[in-house]
Amino acid sequence: MALPAAKQGALEGRLATLSLPEAGAWGTEARRDALGRLEAMGLPGRRDEYWRFTDPGLLNAAEPAAAAAFENDEAPLFSAVDRLKLVFVDGVFAPEKSDDIALEGLEIERLSESMSRDIHWVREVYGVLEAGAHSPVPRPHAALNTAFASDGICIRATGRVSKPVSLVYLHEDAGSDAILHHVIRVEPGAEMTLLENGPAAARFNKCLEVDVADTGRFNHVRAQGRDHERVAVTHVFAQLGAESTFKSFTMTVNGVMTRNEAVIDLTGPDATAHIAGACLGDGAKAAFHHDDTVFVRHRAENCESRQVFKKVLRNGATGVFQGKILVDQGAQKTDGYQISQSLLLDGDSQFLAKPELEIYADDVKCSHGSTSGAIDETGLFYLRSRGIPEGEATDLMVIAFLAEAIDEIEDRVLAEDVIERLKGWLARRRRS
Amino acid sequence: MTALDTDIREGVDRETVETVQAMGGKYKYGWETEIEMDYAPKGVNEDIVRLISAKNNEPEWMTDWRLQAFRRWQQMEEPSWAMVDYPAIDYQEQYYYAKPKSMLEKPKSLDEVDPKLLATYEKLGIPLKEQMILAGVEGAEDAPAEGRKVAVDAVFDSVSVGTTFQKELEKAGVIFCSISEAIQKHPELVKKYLGSVVPQSDNYFATLNSAVFSDGSFVYVPPGVRCPMELSTYFRINAENTGQFERTLIIADKGAYVSYLEGCTAPKRDTAQLHAAVVELVLLDDAEIKYSTVQNWYPGDEEGRGGIYNFVTKRADCRGDRSKVMWTQVETGSAITWKYPSCILRGDESQGEFYSIAIANNMQQADTGTKMIHLGKNTRSRIVSKGISAGKAQNTYRGLVSMHPKATNSRNYTQCDSLLIGDKCGAHTVPYIEVKNNSSRVEHEATTSKVDEDQLFYCRSRGMNEEAAVALVVNGFCKDVLQALPMEFAMEAQQLVAISLEGSVG
Repeated sequence: MALPAAKQGALEGRLATLSLPEAGAWGTEARRDALGRLEAMGLPGRRDEYWRFTDPGLLNAAEPAAAAAFENDEAPLFSAVDRLKLVFVDGVFAPEKSDDIALEGLEIERLSESMSRDIHWVREVYGVLEAGAHSPVPRPHAALNTAFASDGICIRATGRVSKPVSLVYLHEDAGSDAILHHVIRVEPGAEMTLLENGPAAARFNKCLEVDVADTGRFNHVRAQGRDHERVAVTHVFAQLGAESTFKSFTMTVNGVMTRNEAVIDLTGPDATAHIAGACLGDGAKAAFHHDDTVFVRHRAENCESRQVFKKVLRNGATGVFQGKILVDQGAQKTDGYQISQSLLLDGDSQFLAKPELEIYADDVKCSHGSTSGAIDETGLFYLRSRGIPEGEATDLMVIAFLAEAIDEIEDRVLAEDVIERLKGWLARRRRS
Repeated sequence: MTALDTDIREGVDRETVETVQAMGGKYKYGWETEIEMDYAPKGVNEDIVRLISAKNNEPEWMTDWRLQAFRRWQQMEEPSWAMVDYPAIDYQEQYYYAKPKSMLEKPKSLDEVDPKLLATYEKLGIPLKEQMILAGVEGAEDAPAEGRKVAVDAVFDSVSVGTTFQKELEKAGVIFCSISEAIQKHPELVKKYLGSVVPQSDNYFATLNSAVFSDGSFVYVPPGVRCPMELSTYFRINAENTGQFERTLIIADKGAYVSYLEGCTAPKRDTAQLHAAVVELVLLDDAEIKYSTVQNWYPGDEEGRGGIYNFVTKRADCRGDRSKVMWTQVETGSAITWKYPSCILRGDESQGEFYSIAIANNMQQADTGTKMIHLGKNTRSRIVSKGISAGKAQNTYRGLVSMHPKATNSRNYTQCDSLLIGDKCGAHTVPYIEVKNNSSRVEHEATTSKVDEDQLFYCRSRGMNEEAAVALVVNGFCKDVLQALPMEFAMEAQQLVAISLEGSVG
């Protein structure tokens, strides 16, 4: 079917500045297929139901808007963590800034290397999970990513990995437009942790495809960079085998536009997927718009999924949550849980939510909740009556509010690091 | 109803058997009245719109209003976002107007109405007599004189057959008549309010309704009047291949109160029939409207043949401060339900409530919910929705809660619970929540579960059969909503819950 004229126009505008990167045999094919998908879908528009709350204009534009890098004297997140660091500058892998990529239980390659060899495990994952995730709604920016990704890391975990792999995204060029695509496979019985942080670019389009085999475990903690003007669209596609575990947590502060999509497919029985997000949004210095769009599909019996999303918004910030749990007919004994909550610190901010359940199996336990409201005056009064100044008391309440999401991080060291970071952010806001 | 075809065991008295049959009998209202009808030609076009307008003897402004709507409708597309799946409707293969021949000359009083029509309503349990009735309660005909009165407007296919207690209502200043009559007798009110809540071109089905609506009820309750009795409209589709398009307009002036009940049934047929209604409620300062529906259109058979396609736009506009509207619905019938009774909470401190039970069995598909649009300060809304799916049915709750920036200190509480009976049905929840100020609180909760095994086991251990046990558990699940219904309806609804789930277990 031909695209409507407006969509066709938007697509042509976006594609004008892009060209398919050179790749090896299967890589070229995978990229062409993705381009075909993109051309069939077109770019999203304001009238698309899936973009009801978020204007995709900044993502669709041919060129990114300039974004200044955020400067401060604070050590970046995860600095104190023993990790294998891989650095990207404006979306390009920087080996000289990175650690040596040898680590027991891991195979790490750049995407271009993986694509250049015909027989490669990456071939079974790259663009494959993405291609399977366009129903019931298309995700054109993910297809665009698969087609045009300029770099990326492919990681295969074959055993229990001793330390986390940490992807650090530095942003130097105010006009950079980065497209990264990472592919991960966690083999049976293997376990790994992936950390991501940094603003990456003025505009950042990132895809992460994760294939967790039976009994594999994958942990993911990420922090999205603090640049005020940055724009980001990210996709996590995960496929979970039997008795596997997937846990992902995202912290977001600042950013004029962030759309984080996650598509989690529970394909084997007894799998577990937890996905969480904590977001601090302030629209004072630049606009703040943050959108979490999650789609969890239960295809097998006895799986558990959990979504916990918390947003604290002020000064005209906008928080969006679209979350869906789909339970297939055969997925009996499913336990699905979803909570999305916002704390609005002033009258200008807004919270827009669409928590959905679509259930075709009868022996399930599924629930979702969504709330929005102001800070609890009684709690605030109590703290102040104990001599805590209003600003600090508010911050304490904010951290307490976000705690349920942060608790989803299994590793306490990482969780504490995230909390310290949020406290620092709040303290800076209080001073300014 | 069909004769008893099962062997009656000794020692079981006939009455018990009949009661059980009546409770468990598939669709109770599937019979049809043989009556001569006057049809407009099949299909819809400007001439048909003019014809309907002429049949109702309408003034020119009304005809123009309809034509305007029709022209807009032709440019619109049928919506496809709802989670319902049905073959394309051929809008030219329907009759848009069907009127019993005996109604050609409008009867001056109920005594002149064709006895066949009166018998139809009698059989439906809605006697069109001015007597004390408690609909649905046996023996209520003999109720003492101080019993509750219910005034009934009976709509048969495209026309209103008659309205009871009009005189008595008039004494209180309440106008209760068919909308066609209101257009004649109270054009100033109709002109002022018709389309003011649901605009002519609001959505595809409402626009079609604006063009071709044939009848419906009109209520006006003057300032400070508490309507002395409950008002009710009973809709009956009888003619084949005929769409019913009714339009209801209820205005509660300052400080007025009215409780309005609505019931609907249709005969069993193999072909689907279209029903597209619009209901507009207007509430001025301190007014209150209770609107209760028991929707029991023919749901189609086990294979999904036939049934009513029910596309309804219902909306209440709480224009006045401190006004209050309460929608209660029990949706058990229809092959397709597409219905979202909404509240626009414009007045400060206005309140909207929505209580719903939606039951979908066999091949039924229901996509229903509500919209609560908070515009005024200190407005409050409450949503309690209970969805039950059985057989191969799909049941969706779809709703919107919107807090506008100026709707400060407002509250919403939403609870959506779904119950699944059987592993081939689906239950879905699609709420939209938009909060644009921070002094308002919005809470949404939804759960999906199956019928509790422990509860079933308990009932069975007390000697109940499985079907009765499920009906009891389901009635318990629906309790919050059943309690919100007026007494007469609550009784009927409770039975309906059991009947609608007939054949869903085992």
